[in-house]
Order: sequence, then structure tokens, then C-alpha cells
Amino acid sequence: MPVATHLNAAVRGRVDGEVLVLLHGFGCGQEMWRLVAPALERDHRVVTFDLPGSGAADPAAYDAVRHGSLEGYRDDVVALLDELDLTGATLVGHSVSSMIAVLVQAARPDLVSRLVLVAPSARYLDDDGYVGGFAEADIADLLALMGRNHLGWQDPLARLVAGTDGDVKHELEQSFCRTRPEVAEQFAAVTFRGDNRDDLAAVTVPTLVLQARDDVVAPMSAGRFVADTIPGATFEVIDTRGHCPHLTAPDETTRSIQRFLTTAG
Amino acid sequence: MVARAEQHDASTGSAPDDDLPCGDVVLDADGVIASANAEFHRIVGREPGTVAGRCTLASLLPAGGRVYLQTHLWPVLQHDGVVREVSLDLLRPDETRVPVLVNARADAVVPGRVRLAVFETRERHRYEDGLLEASRAAERARSQAAALAQTLQATLIPPAPPAIPRLAVSATYRPAGDGTVVGGDFYDVFRVDAASWVIALGDVSGKGTSAAVVTSFVRYTIRALAVEHPDPADLLHELDRRFDRDELGHYCTVVLALLTEIDGRWRVRLALAGHPPALVRGRDGSVTELGEFGSAIGLFDEARFTCVEHTLADEVVTFYTDGVTEAHRGGELFGEAALGELIASAPHDPREVTARVADAVLTFQGGDASDDIAVISFAAAPQLP
Repeated sequence: MPVATHLNAAVRGRVDGEVLVLLHGFGCGQEMWRLVAPALERDHRVVTFDLPGSGAADPAAYDAVRHGSLEGYRDDVVALLDELDLTGATLVGHSVSSMIAVLVQAARPDLVSRLVLVAPSARYLDDDGYVGGFAEADIADLLALMGRNHLGWQDPLARLVAGTDGDVKHELEQSFCRTRPEVAEQFAAVTFRGDNRDDLAAVTVPTLVLQARDDVVAPMSAGRFVADTIPGATFEVIDTRGHCPHLTAPDETTRSIQRFLTTAG
Repeated sequence: MVARAEQHDASTGSAPDDDLPCGDVVLDADGVIASANAEFHRIVGREPGTVAGRCTLASLLPAGGRVYLQTHLWPVLQHDGVVREVSLDLLRPDETRVPVLVNARADAVVPGRVRLAVFETRERHRYEDGLLEASRAAERARSQAAALAQTLQATLIPPAPPAIPRLAVSATYRPAGDGTVVGGDFYDVFRVDAASWVIALGDVSGKGTSAAVVTSFVRYTIRALAVEHPDPADLLHELDRRFDRDELGHYCTVVLALLTEIDGRWRVRLALAGHPPALVRGRDGSVTELGEFGSAIGLFDEARFTCVEHTLADEVVTFYTDGVTEAHRGGELFGEAALGELIASAPHDPREVTARVADAVLTFQGGDASDDIAVISFAAAPQLP
């Protein structure tokens, strides 16, 4: 099966436009980009997809061993870009996918012309003077909480059991934040226990870091560290609260990305 | 639009209902608590007036909860307009935690505004923790049992038959279903003296641990008896005598052959115990049966076994368990005729015959074997220069 099918990839927008690849973060799937993608599609060719284990990606795309590190996800993105024959793309990565984008650029510089890192953090755990915002106990806490909440996961089963008609469209809408519980827990562990600080200096393309003003997941200190460590990176603060500026301040987020695309590289 | 919003405020948002028996909270678009009722203040252990307009919901959550809020709850709420039965911990000023269950709904009029119903679940939470731990323990036990089954199975099935000079032997075993249930099929190939080898294949009735115990008993008893019982029919008699069917609670079928190399040719002495005969393929593709009907082991008071003798020409001999012929797809059986045709059309080589039989049966069943399958084929091999 082609990678694009496995990862539920979609290519939209201007056929002859520069390529933008939007990588969703930990939690929900590509639907997270729905408020910014349409505006970007006016001038660009926009690729969205679901990471293995997330959204509506084929369950077979997820491999517990290979996806035990971000490098596994990196290889999937590389395979997708190769298959779609995309070179010189701008990768827009949210949250943990900002680090996946960094890894893709380092591994295959030919594929990537620019990076936009939305709410990035190279290390979530505090570490000897570095402020990531979290302690190991917090991560254990998150994993326990995810064990208590299988958000949306039982829903399709419940519908099957109840014997009501499965409305396919509704089903797809529901699927965007649904992840198999054990996959979600592993992805959370890989995300929040990872350390990509040493990968940042290897970035060789123009980079924009978008930081939400008040982000409880990727605090200002984490975003600043990413921008300060990537050579020549631009740092912009979006005036919004939370970890998802593309949801809470979509217009501002879109404008920042567009401004960067017209000026950089 | 503004006027409607204010109206809505007046009707629902700004006047919290202190009589409600659950926490009632309204959040503004920025996540700040705009209003909260008396029950919510009680749950979070804070004085009225210290929450509304001052705290975000995130500030009342431990760090893990804040991440969950940002990565799951808000995105789903924004997408679907509602989330239900979310289990969270709220922090009291003294850092103790209160487990709560939350339903949330996006306001239909004011964009970004969210209303929450919050229930304290301290007692229920303890109970659910117990359930969660019990289900994890059950899952651990299940995977341990599956691993044990596979280990046990591996001990029953020799990984590959030993290399025998001037005899080509090829065997395969495919477990039923997902391989987690121990089946009763087995085969064994071992040496008896300088010129003789035993090839045995059998099927113990039933599945699971008790069948595995019997399988092990049968296999090792055959090994022990082989030295003193050069006649396979005698050996099966003795096996039947030692098989305490009341205690073991299973029966078994066996095809047993003693192969002896005499003057460069293999003499095959073969007996059956409730088992289908061996299939002998000639180089011309003809397939004939070898063996006379014998009683299954552990079923009859007066068991009968007959030894037949055959000198192996340029032939491929195949033993198989009933997982092969009784493989089914819907109501359709694979059957002995299909097996005969398959062997007739296969290349004249034990490895090919074994592989084709196992593959054909799996394909027939759509890759999902309902019974386990054991197949063993052998042929005289010309001496290599």
C-alpha cells in the first residue's frame, strides 16, 4: 500500500504553488490544521496527513518498535515526501512534529527548504538549568490520565454494539482525535520524554518559531531555546493562550506563516 | 450579535446557580473561569470570589492534566462542540487532588465560551482504579499465558528434523488461529540404531494444557519404547497399554514408521493408530495409500494394530494430521481428494510437497487455521558424491 494511503494524506491548493507540508502534533490528527489550511491553499500546494497511530491513519502503519522514537516518524515523513516526489518543501510542524520536521531536514536536506515550528519544545523535562516546564512525575501523571480517558475510543464500538447505523461521515469526523489507547500512551512517552536539543544546531534552512504567549505545554523558555539554538531562526510570539495557536488564533498564525514564506528563503 | 451575547450572559453565564448539586463553571474564550457556583468552590476548596475572573481552568489542574486539556480536550471540544465523562484531577490550594468527572459544551452563541458540569468522584475513582488495575492484571496474565502456550508448543514440536544420511525429510507445523492455544499435533524424528530411524506424527484430541501434557507423554513414550519394539504395531500396542485414558482424558491418533537402511535401500515398516494412511507419490505423479487401519490410542479395550512393510522406491511419502483434510471454508472441507491431487501435481521433492500442502491449506482457509496442521514428507536421497 502506498505511504500516502497509509497515512491518509491529502494534497490540496495551487497545483503549481510551493509545497507546504503540515505535520500535526501529539493528540489529534490532521484536522487540527482545518482553520489555517484553506488560507494557505490559496497560494500553496498543501499536504496534510495523519501520523501513524493518529487520526485516520491505517492502524497497520503503526509499529510499536519503530515508533518507539521520533526517528521512526521521521522515516515515515521522508517516505511520504519521496513517494509524492516533493522536494524543497516547507515543513510546518506543530508541537512534537516540530522536532520531527527538524529531524527530516537534518536527514534529507534536499527535501526541505524551510521550517515553521509551531509551539515547539526540544525537551519537555526540566534539566540542569534548562526549563522545559515538566518533571518526570508530571509525565507519569499524564500517562495515568490518558489511561483513565479513552476519549472517543470506545465510541465506534459502542455504536456497533448498539446496532445503530454507522454514518460514515460522522465516523470520520469523530476519528480525528481518536487513538488506540496503548498507541496514545507510547506516543505521549516518546513525545514528552524525548530530548532533541542537540538536533537543533544541525538545521541548515530558514526557520520560523511561532510561540503562543501563554502556553502551558511548551512554555516561552522552551520556544526561546529552540529559536536561539537553530542558526538564524526567527522568533515570533502569537498573542494567544494555549498550545494550539492554529486553533485559538488561526488568522494570526496564518499571517505569520505567509509573511515568513514571502520573506525567507 | 453583541446584544444577543449579553442577553445570553444574563440568562445563563454570569449568575451561577448555587443550588445546583454539581460544579457549574463557565470559561471565557481565553480559558479563564468567568463564573463558578458554590459546589465548584467546595470541590476545589476555595473561597467564593477567589476563582471567577482570576483563575484559568488550567491553573487548577496538575501538569499532566494541563497537557491533556491542551492536546485533547480543547481540540475535541472545538471540533465537536461537546465532550463527556472526562476524568480529571483538580488541585486544591493545599496541593491535594480531587478526582472529578467533567462534561463540557461549547456555548452556541458566544464563540470560545465553554460551560462545564463538574462532579466529584472520590469514591467512584477508588473503585475505578481497582477495576483498571484488575483489567491490567488480567491483560498481563493473558499475555503470560499466551507466551507460555507458545513456549510449551515449541517444546512439543522439534524445530527441524535431524539430517539423516541418504534420506530427505521435510516437516512443518502451523499452529491454529493466532498461535496462543496449545494444539495437540506433533511429529518426531529420531534414531534407534546405526541403520534405523523412527518417524512419527500424531494428533492428541482437544486443545490446551491438558492436551499438551498428553502430547508430551505420547511423544516421549514412543521414544522410550522404540528401542525395544522394532515392530511399530507392537510399539503402538504398548503405548495403548500405558495410556491411562481415565487419567489423561484424551485420546490420540498416530502414524508411526520405522525406517531401516538395508543394502542401500530404505525398508519402511509402518502402523496406524486411528490415523489416515500415509500417501506415497511415485515419480509419475501417482498417489497411493500406505498403512492398514488401526485403533486410536486410548479409546478401545481391545485395540488392533497392523504393521505393513514397504521398500521405498523413487517415492515421496507424506504423513499429515487431520488439520489438513478437515480444514474448512464455510461448510466446505479441503478433503482427501484435494490433498491427493495437490500431492500429485507437486514437484517430486519432500520439501516442495510439505510446503505446498501447508500453504494450500492455509490459503484455503483464508490464512486463518481453525485447527493446527502438521505435515512431514520424506524420500530416499541419492548419495552425494
